[in-house]
Amino acid sequence: MVTAVTSFGRSGVSDWLLQRVSAVILLAYFTVIGFSIAGGVDYVEWKALFEQTWMRIFSMLAIFSLAAHAWIGMWAVFTDYLTERLLGTTGNVLRLGCQIGTSLLIFVYVIWAIQILWGN
Amino acid sequence: MRSQWLDSALLTAPGRHKNGNYIVKDNRPVNLDIGTMRLPLTAWASITHRASGVFIFIGMAVLLWVLDASLRSPESFASVVDWLSGGLFKFVLWAILSGLIYHSVAGVKHLVADFGIGESLEGGILAARLVIAVSAVLIVLAGLWIW
Repeated sequence: MVTAVTSFGRSGVSDWLLQRVSAVILLAYFTVIGFSIAGGVDYVEWKALFEQTWMRIFSMLAIFSLAAHAWIGMWAVFTDYLTERLLGTTGNVLRLGCQIGTSLLIFVYVIWAIQILWGN
Repeated sequence: MRSQWLDSALLTAPGRHKNGNYIVKDNRPVNLDIGTMRLPLTAWASITHRASGVFIFIGMAVLLWVLDASLRSPESFASVVDWLSGGLFKFVLWAILSGLIYHSVAGVKHLVADFGIGESLEGGILAARLVIAVSAVLIVLAGLWIW
């Protein structure tokens, strides 16, 4: 049986809202990145962009949004397709395994992003 | 609404609310088998949204790697530019960008639908067609930009 125990906000409405808020933040972030590199960019400009405080804050906001968005999205996929009904007990094991893998990858992305923004 | 056809009919029937938590009933009879159905365009648009989401989640590792290398040093930035002249690297970036484009456009459709626009059957089909058309144009443009 698939329950809400591994969902992000532990409530469908909370996840629904977070998914949309994080989506808008990510869309805005990728649009800014897209416009910054569309016309070509050199190292000095690129480096300067990521040294601005607003860009670092925006980048952190984006990576945390990505963490929530990916968690909620992958949860929706896993709990739909990797289920006991479709795959038997294997489904439960596979689903939990995939959820652990997802959360680890999200953790790596967040730490990596912090390292990129403040470590370089 | 998020893949209504899928949620309500096929796999995880919306459950009851108990103590504020979403609980999926597992004893509800399931009469539909997704493998035996011809999926309509709206279903393809929806499942591609999911598939592209999973794909770009993995692809984010490549994007972070590129961002890391591009910011580390002028030499490192130059090597990213150098990789960009390679066909395989161009293709990988284009694939991730395409996933990002489709996922974004389909996501905007969801946001629009949340405001009650395009919720009818005709509206849904039109929205799915629009999503595919707009993404296709943007994906081609992304390809032209990369190559």
